[in-house]
Amino acid sequence: MKGRIVIDMERCKGCGLCIIVCPKKQIEISDQLNKKGYYPASFKEESEQDLEKVKCTGCALCAITCPDVSIEVYRQDKDDEKDESEED
Amino acid sequence: MPFPYRTGFTQFLRGASKVKKVFTRPMSLKDTPFHYCPGCGHSIIHRLVAEVIDELGIREKTIGVPPAGCAVLAYNYFDVDMAEAPHGRAAAVATGIKRVLPDKLVFTYQGDGDIAAIGTAETIHAANRGERITAVFVNNAVYGMTGGQMAPTTITGQVTTTSPGGRVPLRDGYPLDLSEMLGIAAGSVYIERTSVTTPKGIMKTRKALKKAFMVQMEDKGFALVEILSPCPTNWKMSPAQAVRWVDEVMTKTFPLKVIKDVA
Amino acid sequence: MAGKVLMRGTHVLGEAAIRAGCRAYFGYPITPQNELPEYMAAAFAKMEGAVFLQAESELASINMVMGASIAGARVMTSSSSPGISLKQEGISYLAAMELPAVIVNMMRGGPGLGNIAPSQGDYFQATKGGGHGDYRVIVLAPAYGQEIADMTRAAFDMADKYRTPVMILGDGMMGQMMEPVVFPEPLDPASFPKKDFVLDGCQGRPSRIVRSLWLDTNLEEELNWRLVRKYEIITEEIPDEEIYLADDAEVIVVAYGTAARIAKGGVHRAREAGQKIGLFRPKTLWPFPYEPLKRLSRKIRHMVVFEMSTGQMVEDVRLAVEGRCDVSFYGRPGGVVATPEEIARVLSGVYRRLDHGRGAAAESGHTFRSVGSA
Repeated sequence: MKGRIVIDMERCKGCGLCIIVCPKKQIEISDQLNKKGYYPASFKEESEQDLEKVKCTGCALCAITCPDVSIEVYRQDKDDEKDESEED
Repeated sequence: MPFPYRTGFTQFLRGASKVKKVFTRPMSLKDTPFHYCPGCGHSIIHRLVAEVIDELGIREKTIGVPPAGCAVLAYNYFDVDMAEAPHGRAAAVATGIKRVLPDKLVFTYQGDGDIAAIGTAETIHAANRGERITAVFVNNAVYGMTGGQMAPTTITGQVTTTSPGGRVPLRDGYPLDLSEMLGIAAGSVYIERTSVTTPKGIMKTRKALKKAFMVQMEDKGFALVEILSPCPTNWKMSPAQAVRWVDEVMTKTFPLKVIKDVA
Repeated sequence: MAGKVLMRGTHVLGEAAIRAGCRAYFGYPITPQNELPEYMAAAFAKMEGAVFLQAESELASINMVMGASIAGARVMTSSSSPGISLKQEGISYLAAMELPAVIVNMMRGGPGLGNIAPSQGDYFQATKGGGHGDYRVIVLAPAYGQEIADMTRAAFDMADKYRTPVMILGDGMMGQMMEPVVFPEPLDPASFPKKDFVLDGCQGRPSRIVRSLWLDTNLEEELNWRLVRKYEIITEEIPDEEIYLADDAEVIVVAYGTAARIAKGGVHRAREAGQKIGLFRPKTLWPFPYEPLKRLSRKIRHMVVFEMSTGQMVEDVRLAVEGRCDVSFYGRPGGVVATPEEIARVLSGVYRRLDHGRGAAAESGHTFRSVGSA
């Protein structure tokens, strides 16, 4: 199961709670300030091209924990590959 | 320079056979960014309430009553009808609305100072009447908006701006367990204490909130969920320290449990 | 209940409220007005969809009123002086949120717990705002059973029209007294136009907010001035008064409510003695009928303000008169009810001191403030 998160870095206040709960440790604090003046969380696998290397499982614990609803979670389920035709 | 936070997204889609969005913003929440401090529990609880409203399909028949306190601006976030109550009076305002519109769903959203100090009478009597309302009680053991003064739920020894040496029961009184008191009231049907410090606790809180709304939908009586919620700013802690403090310290005074369930 | 019926004031008020479409009442017992909630409880028990609830306090009841008003109902609460003090928090919010509601104050002796006898010590509280912040409440002061019925109807109409709390200011005597009354035809709440501020779930429309917090100072100022503009319209449209035997009068007694009835008795007695004395009775206390009183002050020589207090309305009278004639005050606070004879003695005393061509002008301009009996 592979996942990907999208962090709205302008909404994020850098509380870091998502970093604590991520079981794959794929979130870190950015070194770049956002417009509000916070160092927001950023997704380490943002630019990962190789699907096989992706560690995020789309478990959504980060999003569930995020106080600012800054994280959206997408998941790709391998088990569902046979459903490809109807989904795409 | 804007964050390149969507650059990898297309790559992911390209490699995927089936992609679904598994987590997104609930409909009942407006797009407005929260004004709360980093790591504050209020916004998690807002989201959970909104998710429950979405799930139960009651957005167009729900009226929320936010308090005076940090969450007074809740009406900027919930995309449902919202009426701001004077400090402590949410249960009375909600009673007025619910009695006139018994088919609608009314919830109050109150902090500890609001519900357990200035609004104690209104809350206990609403519970005792079995008022068909859902109360969301956010307990962060401190007056947040006014700058971190001692609250009715401040735990023994806890330092606040008005208990600088820590709460001393002989001088300041004991932390008040309002939920237990409400459990005694014959009209209360469902009361549970949860926390929003871990994903598990958050999911449990969501479940409790859903049940508290369903108790109202089934016209059974008064329901309340007390949620232990971190206030890093006034506790002078980092968000990570604050959630740990809830789990390790605050829950000793306010244990997480179902206090009453006769639903 | 067609034609004339004999009813006590509190019951008249209750019946008139129901006929005005009031379908929600919240209150807390306090003497001397308990017959009103009792009437509402009995009547609403027989009416489907009508809400009567005895709250745990006046604070709770006024906030329930707020909730019911937010939900769109014509709603009323009632109390007496100490209870009205507790309701002031909610009344300030009602004014700020521009919510209609009718509040009845059957005044009793004060300050503090005072006593349960008829009094008029809450004039300032009623007419100058009462709670915190920059606002006013419409205050209607009936003096007769029929007026209780008519003003109660008007109170609900004004509350909805101006989106503002309206207070009916009476006292224990008015509440207890039985008088013949003809009620107006009942209104059907279903026929009322839909209010555009009501919170009833956002079905088919954007969600609404009812609030009084405006952290942006510009927005709060805007609210304050909007209220002022509304109050100006109210001040233009509703001031009402009774002017009685004033055409040839040299002395006018100014009084409202129960005090005005007593004063009228005093006027009758003075007239029998050939003294040219009339009555000015404000029926609306806020807005105060300044203009008609001002006009009157140009042609008379002396005004005696009689209140069942130590002197509150007298300040508004002085504002209206602006020195054009003498103003004196006679008060019986503490729940003491003066007799018409007593008022006649006071009025005659003032009348005799006027210069009637007998060169006795020494005391012209003299004002007195009596405490206790005449």
